[in-house]
Amino acid sequence: MQTANLLPLVLVIAMVAYALAYMRSRSVAAPLGGIRNLKALPFYYAARAALWCAIPALIILGAWAGFEGKVIQNMVISSLPSESVPQTPGEASLVLSQISNVAAGKLDPNFVPAEIVGAADLLGQLRAQSSQFKTTLVLLIALLGGTFAWTRVKPHINARENVERTLRWIFFVCAAVAILTTVGIVFSVIFETVRFFGKVPITEFLFGTSWSPQTALRADQVGADGAFGIIPLFTGTLLISFIALAVSVPVGLLSAVYLSEYATKPMRATLKPMLEMLAGVPTVVYGFFAALTVAPFIRDLAEGIGLEASSQSALAAGLVMGIMIIPFVSSLSDDVINAVPQNLRDGSLALGATQSETMKNVIFPAALPGIMGGILLAASRAIGETMIVVMAAGLAAHLTANPLDSVTTVTVQIVTLLTGDQEFDSAKTLAAFALGMMLFIVTLLLNVVALKIVRKYREQYD
Amino acid sequence: MNTLNTTVSNEAGLQNAAVTPAKEERPAETVIEEGQTVGTPFSDDPKFRLRNVEVFYGADRAIKNISLDIARNEVIAFIGPSGCGKSTFLRCLNRMNDSIDICRVKGALHLDDQDIYDPKRDVVELRARVGMVFQKPNPFPKSIYDNVAYGPRIHGLANRKSDLDDIVENSLRKAGLWNEVKDRLDATATGMSGGQQQRLCIARAIAVSPEVVLMDEPCSALDPIATAKVEELIAELSASYTIVIVTHSMQQAARVSHRTAYFHLGHLVEVNDTDKVFTSPEHELTESYITGRFG
Repeated sequence: MQTANLLPLVLVIAMVAYALAYMRSRSVAAPLGGIRNLKALPFYYAARAALWCAIPALIILGAWAGFEGKVIQNMVISSLPSESVPQTPGEASLVLSQISNVAAGKLDPNFVPAEIVGAADLLGQLRAQSSQFKTTLVLLIALLGGTFAWTRVKPHINARENVERTLRWIFFVCAAVAILTTVGIVFSVIFETVRFFGKVPITEFLFGTSWSPQTALRADQVGADGAFGIIPLFTGTLLISFIALAVSVPVGLLSAVYLSEYATKPMRATLKPMLEMLAGVPTVVYGFFAALTVAPFIRDLAEGIGLEASSQSALAAGLVMGIMIIPFVSSLSDDVINAVPQNLRDGSLALGATQSETMKNVIFPAALPGIMGGILLAASRAIGETMIVVMAAGLAAHLTANPLDSVTTVTVQIVTLLTGDQEFDSAKTLAAFALGMMLFIVTLLLNVVALKIVRKYREQYD
Repeated sequence: MNTLNTTVSNEAGLQNAAVTPAKEERPAETVIEEGQTVGTPFSDDPKFRLRNVEVFYGADRAIKNISLDIARNEVIAFIGPSGCGKSTFLRCLNRMNDSIDICRVKGALHLDDQDIYDPKRDVVELRARVGMVFQKPNPFPKSIYDNVAYGPRIHGLANRKSDLDDIVENSLRKAGLWNEVKDRLDATATGMSGGQQQRLCIARAIAVSPEVVLMDEPCSALDPIATAKVEELIAELSASYTIVIVTHSMQQAARVSHRTAYFHLGHLVEVNDTDKVFTSPEHELTESYITGRFG
């Protein structure tokens, strides 16, 4: 039986176990004079039965699904006659895909060597056996677990503690999944980055001022040497992020102040959701807004006052990105400003402070950690934003501080490096991982610095 | 404030609204005539002259036609059952009700013959003259020094750092806190004990040299020892300030105040010298309240 079918079946068995254990606990309780004479509520006995039933079975099922393929592959490969055993991993995967295609009937057996056909038969056999064995084992374990828990529905056994302990483990596993995923991503990026630095020296990568990642595919190709200096990319990213933050932080913060301190209740109830709607606009929409409306407008304006401007500019991308991240700043800031206790406001107002003095001297310092959090979130959105930049700021890596020039960012380059046909182990593709790594380090540092700032200046009110 | 909204505003509802049935002993015919306050509500030399004051929360009338004088340098205590409007009335005196959207104040309220609710009135100046101490100590999450210096800085009372230092020291001395905190003026105020925090709030209020100090149940969050200290402080401050104190503790009213005003369901029932209120109250509602028959 397939895993997809087995999974619901196990759950059904668990539910049956739940129901049976529930009924049994009630019937056990009845002669004793009600469920208050049990050590735990019927729910706990039932939940324990369901857990006993489902968890071991699911663990077996998961392990089986994880290792089945590899084990069968190895058995098939080792069954091949010694002269046709593949020597390299590449060959092995070729042979294996041949075998599985024959087994699946996609490849005519007459076109392949006899040993492959034999191996395909073996593959089919092994798969059938494995599936049968798995089904039996899983169902058996589910039933055994359920039965065991059912027989343990006894008044003196405290099922509550068992269930609580199990739940604690389940929660722990969920938390661990998130952390392990992050760790896994970081490590895979690190390994690829190390490979990249095997091809391109780290000093050239970190301090090079020219970025043109076109490498030669063939030895005789001309004019494609490849330059991997990230400085133009990072200056581009910083320039655009800086413009975006210069727009969104003041506007977002002040609108949060208005919403939380000055606006009347109905006003706030209308304005806040409308402001948050900005966050719901897809970035690609912002992108073409930036490329088709804002960028030409800025170019015309700049030419009008005699400045030279390209039709794709960092300013256009930054401005639109700034609008996009206003809600991140304003919504979070508004929440934390609101969370500052009213009695601090009263205390300041009663001393004769005006509303804005109260804001500046009392509320703002108390709300600082949350406001910083909002700004950080906005900053990481700005650094990570890709679509607007692709459309409005261009792809050319210029090392410039002129916001009217076209620039490109780290994320945009990652996208262009990984789209299109490339060898996976070429420097060009691996550069994407190195860029990702750098981006990760920069945002991490940003977080650490911001945390330090907040610790230093915050005024804790509780 | 919520309790105010639920009170019954007419006299017929009065008898079953505030009075718990179990303690009901008061004759059924006791009614309050609106605007009729027994005792001595008026003064020859008033600091505050308050006439026909009414406060509305939306459609609810929380204060019903109250007239009262608060004399210069007296300590007057507002007492009464919960939800009787004494805090609301107190907050009219420095316009702290302004920040509540649905609150409207009617009537003639004057501080030294100046209209408090004049639309052209500068609230900042008013609040600099009429300081306030709240029920729950609310020091700012800043250092002790900065808490006291907050008001003087805002109002530009000190030209030099040394002037500010003097103001801070004097205020802390007046609040009886100087000896306890002089070595840790830079420590955060929120780390102090509740009683110290409340005295710091008093120091903060008097640092801007107000003429009046309003106190809204200043001791209700404090233990008996801290309460005794604050009461001692009130007695000392009464020499130089007019003090209006709202309190739930009748003993406290008796200990610290010169005059006592008894509020009941938005009415000002009786105002008299404190001794008289607690020994021979004129109004039967006052008598019922101070003898503990309800409240």
